[in-house]
Amino acid sequence: MSAINLTIDGQQVEVEQGSTILDAAQKVGVEIPTFCHDPELARLGACRICVVEVEKARALVAACSAPAGPDMVVHTDTDRVRKARNIILRLILANHSLECITCEKNGDCKLQDYCYQYGVESSDFVGAVKEVPLDDTNPFIVRDMNKCILCGRCVGRCQNIVGAGAIDFINRGFTSNVGTAFGDPLEDSSCVFCGVCVDVCPVGALSAKARLGKGRAWEVEQVETVCPYCATGCKVDLHVNEDDEIVDASADEEVGINQGKLCARGRFGWDFTRHEHRITKPMVKEDGVYVEIEWEEALEMVAERIQEVESNFGAEAIGGLASSRVTNEEIYLFQKLLRSLGSNNIDHLGRYRYSTSPQTSSVLFKSGVMTGDLQKINEADAVLLVNADISQSHPVLNYQLRSAASNGTRVFSVGVEEPDVSVPAERCLVSEVGKDQAVLNGIINVILEENLINGDAANDKATLEEIKKAVDGFTPKYVEDVTGVPATDIKEVARGYANAEQPMILFNTDTFRIGAGLKSVKAMLGLAAVAGMKGVPAGGVSFLQDYNNSLGATILGAVPNYLPNFQDVSEQSARDKFGKAWETEINAQPGLSLKQMIEEAKDGNIQCMYIMGEDPISGSEDPEGVKDALENLDFLVVQDIFLSETARYADIVLPSAAFAEKLGTYINQEGRVQLGTPALDLPGDAMTDFEIVAHLAFYLGLDWPVLFVGDVFGEIASLAPAFEGMSYVSLDKIKQDPSADSWQAILNDLDELAGQDEPQMETVEAADLTYLHAKGSMTSCLAEMKKQQV
Amino acid sequence: MSRDYQAVLEKFQGEQKELIPILQSVQEEFGYLPEDCFEKIAEYIGIPDSSVYGVATFYAQFHFSPRGKYIIRMCRGTACHVKGVSKAADKMRELLGIDVGETTSDYKFTYEEVACIGACGLAPVMMINDRTYGKLTPDKVEEIIESYKEPVEA
Repeated sequence: MSAINLTIDGQQVEVEQGSTILDAAQKVGVEIPTFCHDPELARLGACRICVVEVEKARALVAACSAPAGPDMVVHTDTDRVRKARNIILRLILANHSLECITCEKNGDCKLQDYCYQYGVESSDFVGAVKEVPLDDTNPFIVRDMNKCILCGRCVGRCQNIVGAGAIDFINRGFTSNVGTAFGDPLEDSSCVFCGVCVDVCPVGALSAKARLGKGRAWEVEQVETVCPYCATGCKVDLHVNEDDEIVDASADEEVGINQGKLCARGRFGWDFTRHEHRITKPMVKEDGVYVEIEWEEALEMVAERIQEVESNFGAEAIGGLASSRVTNEEIYLFQKLLRSLGSNNIDHLGRYRYSTSPQTSSVLFKSGVMTGDLQKINEADAVLLVNADISQSHPVLNYQLRSAASNGTRVFSVGVEEPDVSVPAERCLVSEVGKDQAVLNGIINVILEENLINGDAANDKATLEEIKKAVDGFTPKYVEDVTGVPATDIKEVARGYANAEQPMILFNTDTFRIGAGLKSVKAMLGLAAVAGMKGVPAGGVSFLQDYNNSLGATILGAVPNYLPNFQDVSEQSARDKFGKAWETEINAQPGLSLKQMIEEAKDGNIQCMYIMGEDPISGSEDPEGVKDALENLDFLVVQDIFLSETARYADIVLPSAAFAEKLGTYINQEGRVQLGTPALDLPGDAMTDFEIVAHLAFYLGLDWPVLFVGDVFGEIASLAPAFEGMSYVSLDKIKQDPSADSWQAILNDLDELAGQDEPQMETVEAADLTYLHAKGSMTSCLAEMKKQQV
Repeated sequence: MSRDYQAVLEKFQGEQKELIPILQSVQEEFGYLPEDCFEKIAEYIGIPDSSVYGVATFYAQFHFSPRGKYIIRMCRGTACHVKGVSKAADKMRELLGIDVGETTSDYKFTYEEVACIGACGLAPVMMINDRTYGKLTPDKVEEIIESYKEPVEA
């Protein structure tokens, strides 16, 4: 693309063709005021505050929408420009209340800033003033349309990025305002309360309710951390006031995978941190009633009881349950503690959303069923969602998908229902529960039949034959008969997917709930193999997880069979490596999964459980079974931020820290390692999970050096090759198993799981894709993988 | 009461560019745009209902409540003003007991004032549905309204 040279305030600047004058000015650091400009939306040029003087142009031009032209000479701060901006501001003020003293936006308001800059005190354009009633009946957002300057950024983002379409411009002329259909309150509209509109509002028209009266902009400190909800791993700035409360949240437009966007949970879901039910002191159960005690006493008791169980029943009678929400360092330390005691009975609950067997989760993660780069989703030209309504599970990723779709990315969906309207799917293949695999097979069949093969498998005859065999008979007609999905739709999606240069497949844990589980995953990989694996960033298959640290919990060893970084506990070399580093002897026997621990606890073989930040009673499909098991334990210690249902069964409850109160890293679904920083003080006597485990280790007589959280990260980096070379100042994406670069390795791994995690539903009878016997690159790949294993 | 919009909608392809013709057809069918039509239209052409409502409220031609059988458009243009339409207009409002933009409780008349109906030679002038009445005086207004009290084919 040819470059354009122009001059802005005397500075030469070169920009790409199609750039605006504003882009050029930003490039050389010249500031131009803007209200309506939004880099992620179509150019609007509505507010005119950005007008600049261009030599030889008849009138002033709007910098945000006027294209930069060759040899243009632009002046951004002449008398003429200043005068025009002054008039524009006075026109805006003609219909804008000057209640700055009570306005929540005071100190963080563009209108206020520009009026200050251009010397506008009030308006001399006197006339009628808008009177629109306040919309504040919902718990999150207050809309005061009397302060609205009609810049339209909220409308643009709501419709084009979030896809909720709750608001638009209503009426016209003097009475025009931003509102819902019929002027209904927000909660009666299609609003999803993501707060994106609040974040882009340049004035005080939209504000977060929780913030009202809780502190001025300059009294609120913003702390960047990682959102603790889904596995997208958004960066969020928590706004903490002088009373140590989170009063608001926002995101930086230039930071992280979310680039300034948050969903409802990440935007407003913070009040739990200062909830009155937080536990703030250790408690011991005496005659069925919890009594508060001091830490020394509590830790001593816990250590004593654990040691008692150990000497009476052996270390294998002790089980540990970690959380998929706490930090890597905490998970690592927790499993180190259990393993140092001699028990490999460690698991985490988040895993059970997609698998009951620890092998499945390890294989899915070890081989990295995340072969696409989600940050490049805007470069994909086709995206296939399988059983994934990401507007619910990963809303911010859905915003990115919507942006991509408006730029031409075709979106298709396979599932049991049409996804939410905010998902921009142009064609939805809807079938019954468990029949997704058949639909996927049908898509593969069309690609093979119409010879649209252009993925990795194009050069791998043996694999191609295997895939052909597996989808044999799955003609569009047959698939229509067994699933009800129209044959024409299957063909259209197959062609759309195969003809894309960068086609992406996304699935989440719902595939294990409403889809055919691992069989579907294999079909997705098969589909990617024939037409989706092209060595491009926005290709492949990506597994979207549920929790902020689902990946961390698995990779840091909160699984019974693997030490950190999938180093097999049954292998001598792995045990030696960790045993030496931890100065302990590691049990060679793979431990019990949570499911097994529950059964063994019922039978009296597990006597003691240590649960860190998890609530298996409310999180499990069999709460009664878990209750029976917990009741049968000799000793249960739970550390949590609330007295959860599980904690109520504990002999001792230890108060721990919420995400916003601690330092540590998390791994998002793509393998991005991100640092969460503390924004709040710990409530009462609570300690972080990290501190609790470290203290407990001391009381248990384990001779661990006193370590800072960052030191433990260093220890992880030295033992887990995936973290090699990383430190708190240089965080990166974890390195995947090198053999996992190829999808064949993943399929091989999945083959080894045949028969595990079978879905509890009727699926269409179909030959399973089997790759183990494939020849050529497959076998060499398998051999390579075995060689690579530590 | 749920209205059936199917008959109106199926005359269209369901494309976004058809929004205004669809709104016009619905109004033609029902006399105004009933509240439940917005969601139906929005779904049919695949845009949010807030946008359908936004477009409808932008144009003066769309109405959101039921209107009278007879729409009275009193001309408030310059020529009519000079010729004294104010008195005729006052009389009209008095007779109907309603203000500008309102509809009588029996849904017989809706009274509107418009900028100019382009019949200045007849000033002061008004239209009732498609019929034009010129050279208005308060007395003539009364006479005309009286004539509508009986069932008349408009």
